[in-house]
Formats: sequence, C-alpha cells, structure tokens
Amino acid sequence: MHTTVSSPTKTVVIGPDQPFCIIGERINPTGRKAFQEQLRAGDLSAVEKDVADQVAGGAMMLDVNMGAPFVDEPEMLARAVQLIQSITDLPLCIDSSVVEALEAGLAAYQGKALVNSVTAEDERMELILPLVKKYGAAIIALPNDDVEIPEEPQRRLELTRRIVDVATTKYGIPIEDIVIDPLAMPIGADPTMVVRTTETIALIKEHIGVNMTVGASNVSFGMPDRHTLNSVFLPMAIQSGLTSAIMDARTPQIVTAVKAADLMRGNDEWGGAWIAAHRARQAAG
Amino acid sequence: MNADELLKNLYDETMVGNAPAVLELTHAGLDAGLGPETLLFDSLIPALEEVGARFERGDWFVPEMLIAGRAMSGALDVLRPLLAQTGAESVGTFLMGTVKGDVHDIGKNLVNIMLEGAGFTVIDLGVQCPPEKFIAGIEEHKPDIVGMSAFLTTTMPMFKANINAIEKAGLRDSVIIMVGGAPVTQEYADACGADGYAADAATAVRRAKDLIAAKRRG
Repeated sequence: MHTTVSSPTKTVVIGPDQPFCIIGERINPTGRKAFQEQLRAGDLSAVEKDVADQVAGGAMMLDVNMGAPFVDEPEMLARAVQLIQSITDLPLCIDSSVVEALEAGLAAYQGKALVNSVTAEDERMELILPLVKKYGAAIIALPNDDVEIPEEPQRRLELTRRIVDVATTKYGIPIEDIVIDPLAMPIGADPTMVVRTTETIALIKEHIGVNMTVGASNVSFGMPDRHTLNSVFLPMAIQSGLTSAIMDARTPQIVTAVKAADLMRGNDEWGGAWIAAHRARQAAG
Repeated sequence: MNADELLKNLYDETMVGNAPAVLELTHAGLDAGLGPETLLFDSLIPALEEVGARFERGDWFVPEMLIAGRAMSGALDVLRPLLAQTGAESVGTFLMGTVKGDVHDIGKNLVNIMLEGAGFTVIDLGVQCPPEKFIAGIEEHKPDIVGMSAFLTTTMPMFKANINAIEKAGLRDSVIIMVGGAPVTQEYADACGADGYAADAATAVRRAKDLIAAKRRG
C-alpha cells in the first residue's frame, strides 16, 4: 500500500517497497525553552535553521508542531507552514492536538499534507476526520482511546481496526491515506515496551497492511546514549514492517542506520543511494 | 551482621533496586529488634533520596529510579502496618493524578516513587482524571497536597478547570495544589492558580515538603 503526500513541487511515497520515510521531528517547542519564548513573541526565526539542518541530514518530510504554553497555536502553525513551504519543497506533517490549529495549518498548506494525529476516541475522530477529508490530507492515527494506551498488541490491533473502519466507511477517507502510529514507549520505563511495539507493527502489517509511523525518539527517553538506542530501534521496527518515523534527522548515526536498513531490505537497488551518500560524505571531506 | 551493617546493606541494596534483598534485610532488621522507623528513616528514605539526587544530576537513569522505587515499595508493604501501630507520622498525604484527556503516567509515577521514598502517603488516582475524581479523592482521603500531571499543551488547561471545580466544591483552602509535566512551566503554574510546580521528581519532593511546612506554620 502506498501513501502519497506532496508539496506543490514534490511528491513523497510511503510504502513497504519504498525507501523508509524520514520525517524530521525537530520543529517542535516541547523541551526547547528558548524556542518557546520566541514563539510566544511571534518569532519564527529559529525554524529556518531547523529546516536547513534536517534537510541536510536527510529528512524526506518535516513535522511541524507549535504547541507551547501561551502560544496562539492556530496562528503560529499557519505562519510556520507558510514560512517552511517558502524555504523547502519537502511535504509537511501538520502536528497538533488542537483541532483549530490543525485546521489553520491545513488551510495554509499547499499540497497534500499528513495530519498528526487522531486517536480512536469518538470525539477526536468526529472533529478531525472531517477536516482530513475536506482538505484531502493523509492522517496519522494512534490506537488509544479515552480509557487507555493499551499495552497488548492485540488490543492495539483492535483499536486500529476501529479507526480504519470509521475513517473509511463513515468519512470516506481512502485506506491508503491512513498511517497508523503503533505507539513507541520508553524502553527505560518498561523493558517489554519495544517488543510490544514491534509485535504490534507485525500484526498491523499482517492483518491490515496500512503504512505505519512512530515517534521514534520516545523509545530512548530517560536513557543514556540515546542515539545508539534510536539507531538500533529503527531497523528492528523496520524489519517488523514500519514504513516511516518521526525522528531525529540531524544525527548521522541514526539516519545512516535507516539507510542501511533500506539497502538490506532491497529498497536501495545495488546500493545506489548508499554509495552516493558515501561519495557525498567523502567530497564534503 | 550488627545493626549498623544491616542498615548500611539495606541502604545499598535499595539504591541498586535489589528487591528480594531489600525485603530480606527488612525482615532481618525487624527480627533483630530494629524499629520500623529506624529502617525507614535511616536506610530506605536516604537511599531513595540519593537515587533522586543522582537522577537530578543526570548521573542515574529512569530504570534505576524505577527499580529502586520498586524495591522500597516491597519494604514499605511490610513496614506500613507496623508504622501505623507505632503511630509514626507520615510526612503528609499526597493525592496524585494525570488530568482528563491525558494518558501519560511515567513522570507521575516517578514523582510518586520519590514522594513515597520521602515518607509521604501517596494516593494515585491514575490517568484521565476528571475534576469530579479529584474532588471525590480530596473528600475521601483529606490529602495535604493534590498533584496534577499533564504532558500535553492541550491537557494543561485542565489544571485551571480542576482548580475551579475544587474551589466550587469549597475544598480549595483545605489543600495545597501542585502541577507538573513536560510542557508545564512555573509561569503556567502561577497563571492557572496552582500553589507549586517542579520541573522534576526530586525537586517536586522538596517543593512538597516546603509547601507543607509553610502551611503548617500558617
């Protein structure tokens, strides 16, 4: 199954037979105090560097989140989308838990965006899925409801089924435009978390076959040497069927691990991209 | 093993989260005639405080804190009924919950561990707590402090909603209210009308103690 997203001049295809889709996570004020203060003052100047760094690092899409205390999120998300689209042709992932912000971001966006995100909660689906349909966007959906983030892979599969059913039958969203986030939780908080995530990925791949993405950096939260953990988690999840991640696109160790996985899975024929990246690094000295 | 050695071992095993050894040493200490307060205040609590300090400095990590907390919980299960008999005072009662619309609980659980380690009685309401649940919890448990956790900018406004509801129920003056969570700031805590905020678990415990002391002084 192929999920396509686009900007006016670039189309990105997410799918199991495609190079793994690297969505840069950096444009997000969570945990960035200075950036939060800038956003509060309406200052988006830091975004330009974030875009440049992630593009240089190998991002294929960029996630954009403007959620911080005392920030007018709808206005800032719309402004950020316009600014980013003026400096890069990468398609964007419009990220907010505020419905008005999602709508403002979608209205400002040119092309077919990926929306981050909806859950299996009825109230959230009723608010967000009509927007996704209206703007012809693709949507990331998380298999949790208003009661729990289920730990059991089977339960996550059930909630995934529910979202896919509602989105396709009730709202007429094509199944290929649904990207499931199987939920990656910190390994430091529970040693069984990653196994549950990879099992969930395998189940969804087998029974539903939709594309999947995760917030990959979450896995290493609270642990030392996060880069190594992130760069090992991703190939494990990719092997289980993950086709995309919202991830650190600025750290070569992590991006290279993903590119190596592409080669190993046969999605980089004769290592063309792998060798080209090697030459580019050599040339850069 | 004399008493000092036993207390030292209990401290060391709690630090490294060796739950079976902590349980065994707790029983051994009681059998040797050490009081439950001695075990708690001379070994268990200092061990958890040291774990918290190392975590705060960035020297120790989430799993180490979780297993130390788990080891201490096992000992507390043994000591709690004995402490109740001897009339030992809890430092305070802390009612904790993640706000409605939010299912994040790792940070909340770390704070719970540190609070228990510091001698608080902690009542955890879990995640997705609507205002009514906080109010029912206050009425039932009469806590000194109510702690609210939110991990999302969209769920943070529930702090204000909860505080309003607690005020409306006529319970605001009976409790200290603390808020926390990744996106929360001191500025936000002040704006929503909370009494206290802390950026991490170890600081939360210090802040909780200070707030209770200030309230008891009047």
